[in-house]
Amino acid sequence: MTPKTNTAQLPKDVLLDLQDVKVSFETREGTVTAVNGVSYKVRPGEVLGIVGESGSGKSVTVRAIMRLLAKNAIEGPKGSIRFNPNGDQTYDLHELSRDNRQIRALRGNRIGMIFQEPMTALSPVHSIGSQISRTVMLHRKSTKAEARARARDLLERVQLPNPDLMLDRFPHQLSGGMRQRAMIALALACDPSLLIADEPTTALDVTTEAQILELLKSLQAELGMAIIFITHNFGVVADIADRVAVMYLGQIVETGDVDDIFYAPKHPYTQALLQSIPRLGQKKVRRLKTIRGSVPDPYHIPSGCPFHNRCDHADAALCTQERPPLRGFDNGQEARCHFAGQLPEASL
Amino acid sequence: MLSFILRRTLWAIPTLIVVSFISFLIIQLPPGDYATAYAAELRNGGDYITEAQEEAIRTQLGLNDPVLLQYGRWIGNILFHGDFGQSFHWNAPVSDLIWDRLALTLLLSTLSLVFTWIIAIPIGVYSAQRQYSFLDYLFTVFGFLGKGIPDFLLALVLMWISFIWLNLDVGGLMSPQFEGQPLTWAKFVNILSHIWIPIVVLATGGAAGLIRVMRANMLDELGKPYVETAYAQGLSERQVVWRYPVRVALNPFISTVGWALPALFSGDVITAVVLNLPTTGPLLLQALKMQDMYLAGSFILILSVFTVIGTLISDILLAWSDPRIRYA
Repeated sequence: MTPKTNTAQLPKDVLLDLQDVKVSFETREGTVTAVNGVSYKVRPGEVLGIVGESGSGKSVTVRAIMRLLAKNAIEGPKGSIRFNPNGDQTYDLHELSRDNRQIRALRGNRIGMIFQEPMTALSPVHSIGSQISRTVMLHRKSTKAEARARARDLLERVQLPNPDLMLDRFPHQLSGGMRQRAMIALALACDPSLLIADEPTTALDVTTEAQILELLKSLQAELGMAIIFITHNFGVVADIADRVAVMYLGQIVETGDVDDIFYAPKHPYTQALLQSIPRLGQKKVRRLKTIRGSVPDPYHIPSGCPFHNRCDHADAALCTQERPPLRGFDNGQEARCHFAGQLPEASL
Repeated sequence: MLSFILRRTLWAIPTLIVVSFISFLIIQLPPGDYATAYAAELRNGGDYITEAQEEAIRTQLGLNDPVLLQYGRWIGNILFHGDFGQSFHWNAPVSDLIWDRLALTLLLSTLSLVFTWIIAIPIGVYSAQRQYSFLDYLFTVFGFLGKGIPDFLLALVLMWISFIWLNLDVGGLMSPQFEGQPLTWAKFVNILSHIWIPIVVLATGGAAGLIRVMRANMLDELGKPYVETAYAQGLSERQVVWRYPVRVALNPFISTVGWALPALFSGDVITAVVLNLPTTGPLLLQALKMQDMYLAGSFILILSVFTVIGTLISDILLAWSDPRIRYA
């Protein structure tokens, strides 16, 4: 399992590095570009929140990392997804096919993934214990008994009551929150260095959501893995993320530390999103703002800056023609807007 | 699990009582009885038979007794003596007639069922995995052809082919010279050279339908999130497909496996007649035509028992394979 020789080694403090990732889908109606040149980095042990509306390409991007794209997906000619799971060996995942041996050795082992629907994301015909121990046995070559003991450990770690009983339970016997805990145990089966959580709390009620977030935070503190946390809920991001990336129509429009994003958003889209969320202690007189129009249909993405037709600050000449460059700031914040840094402070 | 089986078994008993009574009644429903049919046959043959003689036969066979009494006598003998009564037409005990043919029928049905599954499951899985590929279309075309061609026609075509080109003598279960001989290697080979035709005929029709069912189920299952979860564990495509979605997609197969028992016991009569197979189907057909009521009644009773047992087997297998059913 030697990585490709032409893959540049990532520095020790970068776990995952995406450069210009592009994914489109060939459909009967035409080609849809779901991810259009996404680049981001994840450092070991950090929680990166990815926020965006449905169809913004957040899930497709992480599926490109996992190499689990649908079969009609086409990836851009350029682009790289470099992964450095142990700090000393870099894989370019972009080069690997869906059923490649190297990516299979990483999946479930160095990269764990939690899915949105705890109701259907676990096999209905296998017990919780056997699903977890299968992953353990696959990657650790351990015996059945060792794997089962490991599964029991994990169930205890995700705070499922009666882990010994839970081993032999089937998913349909568990509640949504319990299933999501089992799902987390499965994703952590082999102590991954990267955990991808694709809207893990969207299908849960608010109380359960809070518990699951609490659990993920404590597990992250305990085990130290990095998390890519995908959500469309800014509140959840504020709760769990260290850094945030905001996606719109297949592009990352703004990244930055969670506080900078929340208190000093530089991109008009981020500002508009934050203004559309009700906050405690807000003055009652102001109506909640909405974003004008709706998300353009993916077959006709606007030219220039894709947000220009919904933006309050758009310049008719510049924004409709030219794709804005990524503008960096001293605090590490980056925004893909022609006017980033020159816009009036949003009243939040 | 044990209480589940016990409960199901107990429920089978009242079902069987009702079914046996109704089947006996149905056989009695058409106008006339065996005496009428027998007299008509004699008259057609040119013999002379008086009304009085016909009536005497009727009395002698007990056909004038009330239906309930006749039913009681018949079912009592079955339960207490294992005696299914006498076939009027064959003038032989019903049990002799049936059990002789039963072994062969069961052998044939089991073999063709296994054959059906061996064909249908892998093709169905492949077709779903490579939906709209060339082979998927090819299998679909063959599937519809197999479903569309009547079994007896396929039987005739295969018989013709093996007679003209393969120089085999066809029809029946073995060549005439082996009939009644003890089982030797030569006889075994001879039976094999005959039995493939009915198995192929029975399996193609069944497989064609099951390929479609398997393909549709797999297409449903392959899109479900738990399949993606399985991929995300690092399992290979083959491991994922055969361990996860196939397990779930097999449910309709398992829940109908029990029906294969009665279906092959009674069904495929035409195929069996065309191929001149000594299975039970043609015997039942004849018994019904002649109003040979103890033979027909016993047949239908055995059929019902098989149906009930088959369903029971299916239920148990299904509960064993799918925990959602076991704990529901």
